[in-house]
Amino acid sequence: MPLGAHKVALFGVAGVSTGDVVLLSSQTASDSASLDFTSGIDSTYGEYIFRYYNCNPVTDSAQFQVGFNVTGESDYNEVITSAAFTAYNTEGGAGGTTGLAYSGDIDLAQAAGPQPLTAAVGNGGDESCVGELHLFNPASTTYVKHFYFKGTHYQNNNHNQTVLGAGYINVTGAISQVQWKMSTGNFDGTVKLWGVKN
Amino acid sequence: MAMTLITTNTSSDAATSDFTTGIDSTYKLYIFKFININPATTGQDFGFQVNVAGESDYDEVITSTSFSAWYGEAGSGPSLAYDTAKDQAQDTGFQDLNSAQSSDADSGMAGTLWLFNPSNTTYVKHFYAVTTSFTLDATPNHNNYYIAGYVNVTGAIDEIQFKYSSGNFDGIISMYGVG
Repeated sequence: MPLGAHKVALFGVAGVSTGDVVLLSSQTASDSASLDFTSGIDSTYGEYIFRYYNCNPVTDSAQFQVGFNVTGESDYNEVITSAAFTAYNTEGGAGGTTGLAYSGDIDLAQAAGPQPLTAAVGNGGDESCVGELHLFNPASTTYVKHFYFKGTHYQNNNHNQTVLGAGYINVTGAISQVQWKMSTGNFDGTVKLWGVKN
Repeated sequence: MAMTLITTNTSSDAATSDFTTGIDSTYKLYIFKFININPATTGQDFGFQVNVAGESDYDEVITSTSFSAWYGEAGSGPSLAYDTAKDQAQDTGFQDLNSAQSSDADSGMAGTLWLFNPSNTTYVKHFYAVTTSFTLDATPNHNNYYIAGYVNVTGAIDEIQFKYSSGNFDGIISMYGVG
């Protein structure tokens, strides 16, 4: 398969359907404070998938985060309850540290977002985070908005950390805007938005 | 790798959501998406069972594992733990995908189930799932379940049923084929 075809398979082409999963938009950050998806999130799809690629903070140990905004409101600070856990392994290998544990740094209990998606991401030139977030039926005006996510990143102190989590945005208003940013400082990286037909 | 929508079942105060066509050798992977699944009766578990082609009843033998992370709106927990109440060891019951779900009008659940190669007649049928929902105690607790296992049959599976441990439910379940 030529590289072009590989790129399409991996990253998609805006406006082009891959079966019943449709790439809606793609944004690339370059020393940016945030990436804001302010259109395309509506009742068209029952599930929206965001994938984030090589998001690299300017500031060491920043957490990559996602915030949500209800239609007609301002700020990405909707109330969220969530749970998360991580698996990690240091580059020290057999002599290093491994673990699997609940993460109190990534969960929220009725707290205003944003929702953390990582622990402390390294800002080295080759360090970053990747992953995906599934957001269900954001246009509903009856139900809270459930989501789950999984990702992996290069931790600031040279180890791999994998994060799995889920939660709900505890609002019944329609969510139509989503913001991606680091907990502090700017970042580089790409975030893509897909809609899943149902 | 395209994902093709095959069927969507929209349930309204229904006892079950059954997919009785469309599961065959066309795809190696079938994905089920759960959107705003809400039970009429609080404290119920949402789950699934399958049926081998030519047989009756949703009662195939399953061996599985289950664990969850949870955290309460009021700060109770948090916890990450294996859930022995939601796994199966050669059991024929419904495979639970969450636990004691709230029936609050705004609660619902969401998630995804992946079922691999159900039409194969050589191997057992592997599956895994992730769900997000909440229980309602004094205050709601969020539950994030991870379930995986296999249906311990070599016959082709061509039907799947979703339901709660008790009572009817509302919600949308879509079935997709991949590869």
